[in-house]
Amino acid sequence: MFAYTIRRVITGILLLVVMSVVTFYLFYASSTTPERYACGPKCTAAQLETTKKSLGYDEPTYVQWGKFAKGVAVGRTFPDDPELRKAAPQLVQECPAPCLGFSTGYSAPVRSLIQDKLPVSFSLAIAAFVLWMVGGVALGITAALFKGRLLDRAIVGLSLVAFAFPTFFIGLLLLKFVSIRWGLIKLPAYTPLTENPWLWATGMILPAITLAVVYMAGYIRITRAFVLETMSEDYIRTARAKGLNQRTVIGKHTLRAVLTPLVTLSGLDLAGLLGGAIITEQVFNFNGVGKLSVTAIQRFDLPLIVGIVLLVATIVIVANIIVDLLYAVIDPRVRLG
Amino acid sequence: MSSSPTQVHDGTRSQSAGDPLLVVKDLKVHFPTSDGVVKAVDGLSYTVERGKTLGIVGESGSGKSVSSSAIMGLFHGSSAQLSGQILLDGTDVLTLSEKEMRALRGRDVAMIFQDPLSALHPYYTVGAQIIEAYRVHQDVKKSVARRRAIELLDRVGIPQPDRRVDDYPHQFSGGMRQRAMIAMGLVNDPSMLIADEPTTALDVTVQAQILDLLQDLQREFNSAVIIITHDLGVVAEMTDDTLVMYGGRAVEYGKTSEILTHPEMPYTWGLLSSVPEVTGDTSAKLIPIPGNPPSLLNPPSGCHFHPRCAHRDKVPGDLCVTTTPELVPGGRDPHHLKRCHLADPEDIYLQEVLPEIAPDLVDEIAAPEQTGAPGVHGTTGTTEQGGRA
Ligand SMILES: Nc1ncnc2c1ncn2[C@@H]1O[C@H](COP(=O)(O)OP(=O)(O)OP(=O)(O)O)[C@@H](O)[C@H]1O
Ligand code: SF4
Ligand SMILES: [Mg+2]
Repeated sequence: MFAYTIRRVITGILLLVVMSVVTFYLFYASSTTPERYACGPKCTAAQLETTKKSLGYDEPTYVQWGKFAKGVAVGRTFPDDPELRKAAPQLVQECPAPCLGFSTGYSAPVRSLIQDKLPVSFSLAIAAFVLWMVGGVALGITAALFKGRLLDRAIVGLSLVAFAFPTFFIGLLLLKFVSIRWGLIKLPAYTPLTENPWLWATGMILPAITLAVVYMAGYIRITRAFVLETMSEDYIRTARAKGLNQRTVIGKHTLRAVLTPLVTLSGLDLAGLLGGAIITEQVFNFNGVGKLSVTAIQRFDLPLIVGIVLLVATIVIVANIIVDLLYAVIDPRVRLG
Repeated sequence: MSSSPTQVHDGTRSQSAGDPLLVVKDLKVHFPTSDGVVKAVDGLSYTVERGKTLGIVGESGSGKSVSSSAIMGLFHGSSAQLSGQILLDGTDVLTLSEKEMRALRGRDVAMIFQDPLSALHPYYTVGAQIIEAYRVHQDVKKSVARRRAIELLDRVGIPQPDRRVDDYPHQFSGGMRQRAMIAMGLVNDPSMLIADEPTTALDVTVQAQILDLLQDLQREFNSAVIIITHDLGVVAEMTDDTLVMYGGRAVEYGKTSEILTHPEMPYTWGLLSSVPEVTGDTSAKLIPIPGNPPSLLNPPSGCHFHPRCAHRDKVPGDLCVTTTPELVPGGRDPHHLKRCHLADPEDIYLQEVLPEIAPDLVDEIAAPEQTGAPGVHGTTGTTEQGGRA
């Protein structure tokens, strides 16, 4: 298991390297002049040239990537060009390892930008995750147990409706009615959990519900399908043939088997969300990684884009490894190696 | 199209040895599906006595497992439509509530399911599953149940049972899983045991061991046993009575020695002639009789077997196509029932069928004085036959 984990981590790192290269080349494949965004609207041709040079955009892509990689490994100093550093020592910035680069749009290190937003996205993702798992699994099991009856149809029907609505619509609906029209909860805003748990929770609830509704719809149907499939397994018939009551047959034998696919799916879904919920953050004006990535793309902020891409990729890779390790714990048949 | 109930033999044959533990009367199990009603079991009657073994044979899909699951009450609360009677020690299982049925399941009547790999829960250890089966019905501590599980694993021949008890099913070999399944079925000393293809997919040696084991255990507990199988060798060796099923119905039923030596129904002839001829063929599956098993949604008119029957021209008119034969005694023995219009099956069997499938047995069986188990043909390894298939 240890050797397996090491192997997975190494492949993961290689994958990240490849992704960073691909991101660099994709970025330069588009015909843009990123220095224009950094220089501002009233930029003279000479200023543009200096900006380009100070950002290192004048160098070939592979050199730029090499500098980025070096920054991640051992840190770097901005600007890269020694002459520029000498010319304006007051602008020189140290970026210790792992340095993800210097955002041209925000004029700040990418890492600190992301670190600032990460708690927002993490809070949102985890709150939504708890809601959708509890709701989705409970409703999915209920629907399966009442298969074909009214309750089942109602649950499945509602989940289809929820699934059909776009995220921003659900978000706006909640905002408009719960917060504005009925005034049940004040306008959502992020408060760090460490500062005030109550405000954190109340500020988080509407965006979390919005996100949860979308995922819950899927989880209801997946759970329902898993439960029904498991209930037709031979070993469930064996459990009944022992004389076990329905509660044990469902609660123990069936759910134990349903757990495995659910862990896999939910682990990967959670990972996807940890890297930012773009639409939800936008609708509720939450300053998370999702919103940050939108800005990064609008401003052609290459270092920021690379940083976010690698962050999201890292989360997904790590989640995959964790899910696979968990799988081996849950399913005795799985041998890692 | 189904036979009229008044004429149906009620199947409650009583034999001298032991009292009937299980009496199945006109059992029907119908599954409503979107395509129509699947008549998986359609009017089945039989009796099993304490200490006796009934063999149920028939092609895949003939309703063997479904009829047995009905005895376990496994269709309670499902959409399946059941009718008839299943008297287990005098109690009609079909009228019991799910709660009452639960008390019987696994304690008075247990089933060893076919395909133990899928019938054992992959995420629980073998021991845990046996312990659970025991503790449902016995109010004992886990440690006591564990000792019982180890004792039973030992009894069914699992080596180092105190260690293997903590293994998961996938760590067991096929034969060991089958033994574990048997251990689980026997943990509460059931008076009625149903073994659904207990030896399919096992190699010959293991197969023989498992059958011996079942026989020993039956003697020990004097339980009634139903063995469902494709293998007529198993039937010959293990059973007192045989029930041949076709398309959800009994087509021939009687003493095993009778049925195997003097079969009176063309489908049974087909079964006998399709036994694999190679001694010790491990798969022991029947070589299929030409043609397809009948649709259970739209069964053929008249005799369900008529589309595949090579002998229906010997029945006058188109009786086979228009009229369903009843399950009635043939000419030889009032307890030997068959569902066929043929007036003199014995002659046809001896003159047309037997010479083809087991020429060396013709004289032996035709001789009126000596008929009996040794003459059983078609069992694994006792014949060399031409074989139709
Ligand atoms: N729940 C169900 N709904 C609809 N049809 C069913 C259901 N269960 C079983 N059947 C059908 O009933 C028929 C009889 O099945 P059964 O399992 O009893 O066959 P079998 O004789 O045991 O065959 P095998 O030798 O392959 O085990 C099959 O055609 C099967 O498709
Ligand atoms: S009743 Fe007719 S078709 Fe059916 S088995 Fe007998 S001879 Fe064949
Ligand atoms: Mg079966």
